[in-house]
Parts: sequence; structure tokens; C-alpha cells
Amino acid sequence: MTGEGAGEGKPTAAPAIDARDLTRTFGAFTAVDHITFTVRAGEVFGFLGANGAGKTTAIRMLTGLLAPTSGEARVAGYDVYTQAEAIKRNIGYMSQKFSLYEDLTVRENVRLYGGIYDLSSREIRERTHRMLHRLGIEQVAGERVGAIPLGWKQKLAFSVALLHEPKIVFLDEPTGGVDPITRRQFWEMIYDAAAAGTTVFVTTHYMDEAEYCDRISIMVAGRIGAIGTPAEVKHQFGANSVDEVFVRLARSDTPGRGAA
Amino acid sequence: MTMPASAAPAVSVLALTRRFDSTIALDGISFDVAPGELFGFIGPDGAGKTTLFRILVTLLRPTAGHASVLGLDVVTGLWALRRRVGYMPGRFSLYPDLSVEENLRFFASVFGTTVEAEHEMIAPIYGQIAPFRDRRAGALSGGMKQKLALCCALVHRPDILFLDEPTTGVDAVSRREFWDLLAQLKASGLTIVVSTPYMDEADRCDRVALIQQGRLLAIDTPAAVAASFDRPLLAVRAADRHRLLRAVRAYPHANTVYPFGEALHYTDMRAHESADVVARELRAYLAREGFADAEVSPIPPTIEDSFMARMGAPEGAAA
Repeated sequence: MTGEGAGEGKPTAAPAIDARDLTRTFGAFTAVDHITFTVRAGEVFGFLGANGAGKTTAIRMLTGLLAPTSGEARVAGYDVYTQAEAIKRNIGYMSQKFSLYEDLTVRENVRLYGGIYDLSSREIRERTHRMLHRLGIEQVAGERVGAIPLGWKQKLAFSVALLHEPKIVFLDEPTGGVDPITRRQFWEMIYDAAAAGTTVFVTTHYMDEAEYCDRISIMVAGRIGAIGTPAEVKHQFGANSVDEVFVRLARSDTPGRGAA
Repeated sequence: MTMPASAAPAVSVLALTRRFDSTIALDGISFDVAPGELFGFIGPDGAGKTTLFRILVTLLRPTAGHASVLGLDVVTGLWALRRRVGYMPGRFSLYPDLSVEENLRFFASVFGTTVEAEHEMIAPIYGQIAPFRDRRAGALSGGMKQKLALCCALVHRPDILFLDEPTTGVDAVSRREFWDLLAQLKASGLTIVVSTPYMDEADRCDRVALIQQGRLLAIDTPAAVAASFDRPLLAVRAADRHRLLRAVRAYPHANTVYPFGEALHYTDMRAHESADVVARELRAYLAREGFADAEVSPIPPTIEDSFMARMGAPEGAAA
């Protein structure tokens, strides 16, 4: 949370993500097909799309895990081809499927991630203390993560993804299966992180959550089918909800691609 | 739902409890499912849905209480029952290295039948995945995997189908298509018991049970569960939603304030005040707080509103 360009909407602030014609093919199959978009610093950006539309491939390129076939992208100012390691140090990542080690305690998980990101012992100690206090879960610091409720786990995982104060945090379906109240508390944590200047890049299958984003994009068959604020996207399609836009775009997808 | 009251229930559960060491996964739940009914369990991860389904398909024994399916006790009648239930577990449980077609043939052969003999049963669903019949199951998209798993659960012509979170992690469009398939199966007379964490899928069921921390919060038709919400509900909208949320929370009469898509859903502490009065006062308060554009209007509650009102403190309440 460096506060760099934090929510002030200065037109001069460098974008958190800047992708131009970003493309990735696997053999004859084009998973991501010339996508161009920017994500502003401090923005909550919803990255939507049907299963198989290319979201995961795009995220893997933006997080420095997969080299693009062609096109350009800068993430936190770093080039995805030549500075993948710098990208990894400057982003946070959390998904529903993988976030924390279930067999380690809460405190051990935090220490492990702090170590991975080269934080000093003192920094780790201080930030752990602050985090557990903020989440109100000091009493479970010594418990195995596998033994704490899912709601706590997801909030903890998000806080751990922010431990090294990344410029951008990628959240891949962070609220899947979470109860409706905790799901909403999680989104308030997202707002707080964004207000503190962290850029949030989030995927979800809950269409109501798309409405909570500053801007959204909807991927269809490897391309960006729609992009803008939720209101703009709805207006553009003459739809009452993002869900309606989503259904219309996904149905326009070429048959057969869904199996990719 | 349309069954005569005298018809024996397809599923009958009484005071069912399951413990794992000190954890109570199911805490004395009771319910019936009528033959031909599409019955949904709606609740978050960890609510006890999977434990319940595993007991009903004879893979797990109850700690206490009784459960019978198709008139057979799930403990004493397990061998007879296993031939008659179809089960789609929550975790993808097909062989990823076998092709679509090989998986289907395998599951048919386990039950002593063939894909050809059961063609009519699975045709509507298999038709949608047939173009990928030679593809490895592990290489299918989420939506396609679910359709194949459904086919495999149907290939022995079960009398009742248990689907544990068939749509979790599946995109909104594929989810819709999957529910369309379930509606077709229901029309053929099959009893279907399904679980989901997505509240918006409740409306596709004849009846739903809301489940949370091993207990049933409600069992009724989706419309009745939504209508059971016991106080006026208002939708509040303004351009600056984050600031609006804080302002509405700070309103002295606020009872609950939750983001709901592009609106906030609000209930007032004065449960017996009329919606129009509450709306007028809240609008005036927001105008004083500088929200000239705020819209406040009474709305009908959804299942999700009802679920949140009934669930009380969430598991992550301390945060």
C-alpha cells in the first residue's frame, strides 16, 4: 500500500496494468486473442468471462507465470517478457482453490509468506500482529489453518496476499462457496485495500459482485467482448444487469470453444 | 410438490446427526423429499451439505438419527440402495485420463449395463458433449465436465439423483444450462436432490432447505422462504456507493445494510414501521448527508435476504 497514484485518478498516473494485443496460442488454439486494456492504479477491476473464455491464460500471463505468444503487457510498470520476477515481487495473488497451507498454523502461514517475499523478521512480526488484530482473530493464531472456518480463512488469505504491500493483487474467485454475509465482508476488505491504493484485479462467478467493481471486462472466446464501468456496459447492451450482458455475450460464443 | 400427501417420501430424514471428533457436521436435521420433487439444499461451504449427501448415498454412516431413501434405510439397506441412486459428488470424480466416451462406458459397465442400452436416458445430455467424445475428461471445461459427470450418474437409470454442488465454480451461463437439464430430467419423473452455494439457483427448485452450520434454517418453496422475511426491505442507490454504505450504516435506525449488486439492501430497526415511512425518512436523512441523487424504494426480498436474516452471526463474525 504505497499510496502511489492512490485513487486520486490523476490522468498522469501510470496504469497498474497495460496490455496491448496480448495473445497466447497453444498449438492451433488461440486462448487469448489480441486483448488490449488498461487497469488504473487503485481501481477495482472485475475480470469476467465464461469457463474456457481465456481468463486463466490471461491471468497467468499478467502474473508472470506464462510468456505471451505476442503482444505487450506491463504490470506494475514491469514488462511481462523480460521482468517476470519483478512482477511477481510486486503483485499479490489469492484464489479460492489455493491460498494457505492447511497443515500450517495461521502464524506459520504468515511467516512463510513473509519469508518468501523477503520481509525481515521484525516486519513479519509487526505485520502479523497488525493483521490478526485487524481481522479480530488473534485467538486462532496458533491453530492449523485447516481447522478454522472458511470465512476466516478467505479473509486471512486475502490479508496474506497483501502482506508484502503489493501494488496489485490478483483475486481468482476469492468468494466461491463463502456464506452471503462473509462474502459481503470480503468485498468491504477489497474496497479498503483499493482505498489504500492497492489495485485489485478480481474474477468471480457471482454476477452481483461484478456490480461492486469500478470497471469490468467480459472475455468471450479469447477476446474482450465488453469493457467499462458496470453502468456503461449495461447501457451499451441495453441490459438491466451485468448478468444479462454476460449471458448475451457468452451465448454469442462460437460453439465448441467452451470445451477448451 | 404436486404429489398426493399419501405418497411415500423419496427421502425421509429424522433427527440426523453426524459428528467428526468434536465437530458436529449435522445437528439433528429432519426433512422429507416427495417423489418427483426437485429439492435443493442451499448453503455455504462447511454447512454440512456434503456430509448429508454422503449419508444419503450410503457412503457415510450417521452418528445418530435415521435416514431412508426410496423406503430403504441408508445403513441396513445400503446394497439395494446403491443400485438405485445416482450420485454426482462435488469434487470432479471421473477418470481424467480416460476419454469422455471411455468414462461413460466404464460407469455403465460397473452397473452391468451399456451406453447403448441406456441411450434414451442420457441422450439429451450426451448430445451436448458428444462432439468431444474422444477428448480426455481432464481436458474438458468446467461446464462440460459437469455434464459428463451427470451422464455418468444417470447411466444406470437411477430412481433418484443426488447432485452435490454440480454448479460450483461454473460460469453463470453454464450454470443456467445445467439447471435447464435438471428441469428436463425432473419432467421425466426423476426425483432430484441437489445442493448449491448460489442463492440465485433456489428458484429453480420445487422446495429448498436453507442449511448453515449443520442446521436447517428453513424448508419451504423458494417463494415462501423469500416471503418469510419479516420486515420491510428497501433498496438504496446513489452514485458513490462506498460512501453511501458508510452513511446508511451510520443512520441511527439502521438494522441491516448489505451491498446487493448495484444497490444496498436496508432494513430498519423499527420493524413495524411501514416501508413508505421508513423510505421517506431515510431519503431525507441521505439528502442531509449530501446524497442529492439517492433513491430509496421498497423491494420484495430474495432468498439471499432471507438466508442472511436467518443465519445470524456468520462463521467469520469476529472479523
